[in-house]
Amino acid sequence: MTEPYLSATDMHGGYGKADILNGCTLTVDKGQIAVIVGPNGAGKSTAMKAVFGMLNLREGRVTLGGEDITALTPQERVRKGMGFVPQTHNIFPTMTVEENLEMGAFIREDDFRDTMAQVYELFPAVADKRKQNAGELSGGQRQQVAVGRALMTKPSLLMLDEPTAGVSPIVMDELFDRIIEVARTGISILMVEQNARQALEIADIGYVLVQGANRYTDSGQALLADPEVRRTFLGG
Amino acid sequence: MSHTRQAEAHGAWRAPVLFLVLALLFLAEGTFRNALFSGSWNTALGILNMGLISAIMALGVNMQWGYAGLFNAGVVGFLALGGLAPVLVSTPPVQGAWAAGGPRVILALAVGLGTLVLAAQVWKRVPGRPRVLALIAVLVLGFVLYRFLFDPAVAAIEANNSASAGNIGGLGWPVLLSWPVGALMAAAAAWGVGKVALGLRSDYLAIATLGIGEIIVAVMRNEEWLSRGVKNMSGIPRPVPYEVDLQADPGFVARAAEWGLSPGLASGIWVKLLYAGLFTAVLLALILLAELALKSPWGRMMRAIRDNETAAGAMGKNVTRRHLQIFVIGSAVIGLAGAMMVTLDGLLSPNSFNPLRYTFLIWVMVIVGGSGNNWGAVLGAILIWFLWIKAEVWGPELMRLITLPLPEGAFRSHMLGSAPHMRFIALGLVLLLVLRFAPRGLVPEK
Amino acid sequence: MDILNALVAILNFVVIPAASYGAQLALGALGVTLIYGILRFSNFAHGDTMAFGTALVILVTWGLQAIGIDLGPVPTALLALPIGIALCSVFVLGTDRTVYRFYRRKRSDPIILVMASVGVMFIMNGLTRLVIGVDEIRFDDGARFLVSVQQFRAWTGLSEGLSLRVSQAITLAVTALACWALFRFLSRSRAGKAMRAYSDNEDLALLSGIDPERVVRLTWIIATALAVTAGTLYGLDKSFKAFNYFQILLPIFAAAIVGGLGNPLGAVAGGFIVAFSEVAVTYPWKKIANYLGFQPEGLLQLLSTEYKFAVSFVILIVVLLFRPTGLFRGKSV
Ligand SMILES: Nc1ncnc2c1ncn2[C@@H]1O[C@H](COP(=O)(O)OP(=O)(O)O)[C@@H](O)[C@H]1O
Ligand SMILES: [Mg+2]
Repeated sequence: MTEPYLSATDMHGGYGKADILNGCTLTVDKGQIAVIVGPNGAGKSTAMKAVFGMLNLREGRVTLGGEDITALTPQERVRKGMGFVPQTHNIFPTMTVEENLEMGAFIREDDFRDTMAQVYELFPAVADKRKQNAGELSGGQRQQVAVGRALMTKPSLLMLDEPTAGVSPIVMDELFDRIIEVARTGISILMVEQNARQALEIADIGYVLVQGANRYTDSGQALLADPEVRRTFLGG
Repeated sequence: MSHTRQAEAHGAWRAPVLFLVLALLFLAEGTFRNALFSGSWNTALGILNMGLISAIMALGVNMQWGYAGLFNAGVVGFLALGGLAPVLVSTPPVQGAWAAGGPRVILALAVGLGTLVLAAQVWKRVPGRPRVLALIAVLVLGFVLYRFLFDPAVAAIEANNSASAGNIGGLGWPVLLSWPVGALMAAAAAWGVGKVALGLRSDYLAIATLGIGEIIVAVMRNEEWLSRGVKNMSGIPRPVPYEVDLQADPGFVARAAEWGLSPGLASGIWVKLLYAGLFTAVLLALILLAELALKSPWGRMMRAIRDNETAAGAMGKNVTRRHLQIFVIGSAVIGLAGAMMVTLDGLLSPNSFNPLRYTFLIWVMVIVGGSGNNWGAVLGAILIWFLWIKAEVWGPELMRLITLPLPEGAFRSHMLGSAPHMRFIALGLVLLLVLRFAPRGLVPEK
Repeated sequence: MDILNALVAILNFVVIPAASYGAQLALGALGVTLIYGILRFSNFAHGDTMAFGTALVILVTWGLQAIGIDLGPVPTALLALPIGIALCSVFVLGTDRTVYRFYRRKRSDPIILVMASVGVMFIMNGLTRLVIGVDEIRFDDGARFLVSVQQFRAWTGLSEGLSLRVSQAITLAVTALACWALFRFLSRSRAGKAMRAYSDNEDLALLSGIDPERVVRLTWIIATALAVTAGTLYGLDKSFKAFNYFQILLPIFAAAIVGGLGNPLGAVAGGFIVAFSEVAVTYPWKKIANYLGFQPEGLLQLLSTEYKFAVSFVILIVVLLFRPTGLFRGKSV
């Protein structure tokens, strides 16, 4: 078996003295969707930050496309093809939608108008508001801007931390559809989701994280079918 | 923070040793006469007395900053306000001033204050649209009425014997009584500012206090009816004897002769010693109270809030109210120091209230001494004050040494002439260096 | 009733002085607000940056005059201004490197940075005294008036005169130019957008690959350029006195807060709001009332000029009470 595209193995670390992550392992294959679910405070966001290099890992290793990136800064990881949409504060509120996308492409030296057009194509709702300040948009549209911003570097791995937080069910379905669409273009996706059921539906691989460690790891369908997982994490 | 190691390494001996060094400095100032020291006990005690008053100011600032992390950038204003108290409380009444317009001024001030209170009530009580209109109406009417009452009364008071008085005059009460009054006046002003600016971002308090400081000083400069403004108010009564009276007292002269001192020198030193005793008593009492307060549940909560405001707030502590309390108390202490300073000088001179000297210098004292530690603040205050005064002498000396190799000429004389300004640069450097390399100061908080 | 004369008087004594003072405050407040937006603290050294930079400009002006260079009717100081800005920027960047960067990296409390800026303020204050002294200095060579009172009276035949000093006209022109350039820079250029992005959301800016140190350096340079320009214009308009620049800190802070800290457009508006209030409240309106046919007893002066700082303070308090994020919504409280 070939090595997965992203592989973060046995991560230990936290913000201060106490570890939040206690041996968490996440992998995503090329073009696949990996979903992390788990109770509040389990360390899902922390795991995402660790994968993205925003946290000093005490132990563990992160590789991307076979290359060890454990020591790289977040900015360097962006250049290696990672895109990250944080859970909160993921847009520039007093800048227009278009400027948000431009900032997403800040490190690109080449012409990024094509990418921008693709993002607008993917999210037609925000395309209409490109001259409007991102902070004035609805919750769902803001999330679209946030995802669009991360796509501007043409990442090969897109990391989303609760992209559907605080949006209506209709918008949520719409967002999931878009995410699947993104994955179809060959981009690997690692995402954290509160709406575990729907997320696992579309997941190629799912992780149930509890207290900073993997409790269950399996394909999305298998997790959905597991009575134990259903009872404890999916509410029956 | 990561500075605990530094504190442990030096241990409990640190403060006593530093105070000893300080004492030696004063001893040197009093005994040796050379390029560095004056060799005059009069000078040494003079520096010490102002140092003690600075220590009280520093205590006040330390309460606000050290206990609560509040940045008061208007120390000079609270100090000046406190300094007004000896004038109003203890100077003799001015003949005819009260009759000329006293009651009317009081009434005007009451109207002014009442307007603000009424405006606040209107804002709280009146609902909906008419609110703003009612507020504006109250403020405009109040202002017109205030000016109508205030202006003629002030003109009358200032016209009364304007060459030597022109002010409302004092009550003629003992000057020591004016010290707590000064504290109260500063506390009242602090309550007003704190009510508005606390609970917002931390820098807003700094900016608001910077403003109130400038305004209080402007009021004292311009309201001649109050304390003669820039004409200065001299002859403020003393709590200790006058030198001339001592020199005329045969008993004192005889005792001075026993010590081998001339009456002039002895009287000067004796008066300064009395002041020093008085100030030390106040300082020690304040430190005692402050330490007791710090060890009480109230003090522990105060520090808990400072160390983690969010957590304390989450635990249901009313952070803003605590901050207001400590801000008012600290300002009262500063006001007390202001009253003491004016008493010591026997003079209220509003033009001398310079923010660099009376706000930011005090800040340097607190930071250098060790914010959060009362003894540290006292040490920092007396030490920095000593250095500040001596820098006036040492600066030019140093400059002479530095410029020795330079040829005589315009540049050298410019450098020599500007030596006094080096004090500011030195002070800024000290502040920055301490803040960076010893943020807990000379005597760190326990 | 003599409406024409009344209007001219208002223009001459209120509108023109307040506009040029407002422009100076606006430039100062822009610097404060930019530093606040990017570095997230209120820079107490800003007034002394203005003073120090202006002192440098004066020195360069004297140097230029000594070698016989001047700009004819326009003050030589304008020629010296870019040099003064460059010198002052070097100094300010030095303070960032040696003082502020340390606390930025440590992510210290904003109030610690404020305190550090007080230290820098002392040093700049001392340096200003060292290089130029504490006396009042006038350095406005060139023509004094664009329109003088006599000229205006002769042209219009009105009894009320109107004057427009060269320094006032230059203040307005330079401010307009500086604001135009700044807003264009912020809204169009890549670096300007990076600054706004950093101010909006520091962490996301980092994730987007924006170099924070570059943004910070750029901010210091722009703020310094604005400060030195404001200081020079203020000095040309009134006179140079180091202590005045410490005092102007309060109206500048008031302007920045009124406009919403971190909001450049707000800072400009705030500058004019503060200036117009200050002048309107301290101007004796008796003359204008007379023209309008009233015969008031008093001077109709709401507040004597000594209390002009009280106006900034009251505006500040009112804004803090009712709208702590400022009229134009700045950064959070
Ligand atoms: N910036 C931070 N500093 C310190 N502790 C944090 C920080 N962010 C999160 N934590 C702590 O880490 C734990 C995991 O948080 P998080 O990863 O956000 O959980 P999740 O995203 O699964 O809800 C929680 O106990 C939280 O309090
Ligand atoms: Mg989370």
